[in-house]
Amino acid sequence: MAKGNDVKLTKLAECAGCGAKVGAGELAKLLKDIKVQRDPNLLVGFDKSDDAAVYRVTDDVAIVETVDFFPPIADDPYTYGAIAATNALSDVYAMGGQPKVALNVMAVPEHMGADVVHEILRGGYEKVYEAGASIVGGHSIYDEEPKYGLAVTGFVNPQHMLTNSGARPGDVLVLTKALGVGVITTAAKGGLAQAEDVARAERQMMTLNRWARDVAVSHQVHAATDVTGFGLLGHALEMAQGADARLVLDSSAPALLPRTRELAQLGVLPAGMYRNRHFAQDQVDEGQVPQDLCDVLYCPETSGGLMLSVAADDADSLVSDLLADGRVPDARVVGRVEPYDAGARIRLT
Amino acid sequence: MKIDARNLTCPKPVVLTLEALPKLAAGESLEVLVNDPVALGNLTRLAAQKDCDLKTQQSGDETTLTLTPRSGVKASDDSASEAQALCDLPDTGASVIAVDTDTMGRGDEKLGHILMKGLIYALAHGETVPQKTIFFNGGAHLTCEGSESLDDIKDLEKRGTTILTCGTCLDFYGIRDQLAVGGVTNLYEIAKVMAGQPGVTTL
Repeated sequence: MAKGNDVKLTKLAECAGCGAKVGAGELAKLLKDIKVQRDPNLLVGFDKSDDAAVYRVTDDVAIVETVDFFPPIADDPYTYGAIAATNALSDVYAMGGQPKVALNVMAVPEHMGADVVHEILRGGYEKVYEAGASIVGGHSIYDEEPKYGLAVTGFVNPQHMLTNSGARPGDVLVLTKALGVGVITTAAKGGLAQAEDVARAERQMMTLNRWARDVAVSHQVHAATDVTGFGLLGHALEMAQGADARLVLDSSAPALLPRTRELAQLGVLPAGMYRNRHFAQDQVDEGQVPQDLCDVLYCPETSGGLMLSVAADDADSLVSDLLADGRVPDARVVGRVEPYDAGARIRLT
Repeated sequence: MKIDARNLTCPKPVVLTLEALPKLAAGESLEVLVNDPVALGNLTRLAAQKDCDLKTQQSGDETTLTLTPRSGVKASDDSASEAQALCDLPDTGASVIAVDTDTMGRGDEKLGHILMKGLIYALAHGETVPQKTIFFNGGAHLTCEGSESLDDIKDLEKRGTTILTCGTCLDFYGIRDQLAVGGVTNLYEIAKVMAGQPGVTTL
């Protein structure tokens, strides 16, 4: 443990966490013209831009499949492993499912100490166990830049799965974690962040979306997604397009990690913010919202919260149940769903 | 003043610019050369926040940003305090705690141990925690197996404090393999931290 702490893992990473994600527009280009396999049991495939694939086995059992990995986002190897695992598991929760088995996906530099690699894996294993799942194998290769994550298989009842396209006009939008991880981790790389702010961001990234999912499935939630590399606005846009609706977001409503706006004002913003802005801005009416706050809403999040679209008359009950759980302290109502007529898909107020 | 921030990844160009702004003489401009749209976007935001006039000149992939703090703005003073608040420097007092003993105060040694244990507990469970806590000489025992303060120091670390113990001291006492929390450091690093921090408090 002591030895592992000497390594500044994030110094080995070019991008931080989900900020390393290929932009949504780029991804569509890369997949263009590739033939899509049709299978009636494939309920959610990559053509849907959802969080995970869902394959129906029987009428009430479907498999949820997802994979996620990224370079170090924390200097402490245990913390990095735990965050990467929490983030990978999240896609299953975002479909309303429960993870059951996982495979390690790992790349490590040849010179990296065995104790450091051990700590990364220990972080991953502990989170998977906390999720009630098991790690059953994996694959590791040598690479100059470390990478770690999981391929996760979970289960969901297909009649109760939560896609990102089920939002209905009249719904209320609830976000379950604070925003600002992308800004704080970027600041940390430049020595511009206070240690306690970094620790706060890391604690949030290590918090499973399991608790939010468990509450959500007992409410009238029509759609869900987890807010990660495309930022709140990128994921909100997917939700709006999937439902052919408009999302009206109250920019002052999401909880923010301490000092996020202050740092955004100074231009401490990762490349992913510009990628996400470039991809989504034509569909976003920023209104009178200050630029630094818009920047934060475009910023990539790592292991972010769930955005839930819930029936309006169940929203207060959902939020109070989330807050009562104690493990979802930053749950907030952040907006509402409207019918789409024309113009921007997302309106900020 | 000129900064070549080409080929530097975010947030380095911002860090370099933040450091340079307070050093400008009155009326002087800062030229920053970048070749990355992210650096360009970030520095444009920084210029607005720092109330600087901004001129940009593009040539090929490269852009030169010229930042001139507006007259009447005490750019140096403001930036200095802000850069300090932003960087890992404390704005007030005791953000680095140096622990050079495992007893507190002079008098009865047993009482000294009890007091030190209570003091570290208080430190770990206060409203804010220090950024760094450095253990050396007799203090090196506190971060090793068998220390009654181990759990509290681990709590400190969990709350974001960087815990460092002097390697020379661990070797002198023959307890390096018993270190149970935080990293090992050397006197060069300790000197750098203590010289760079106005608010070092020694317990």
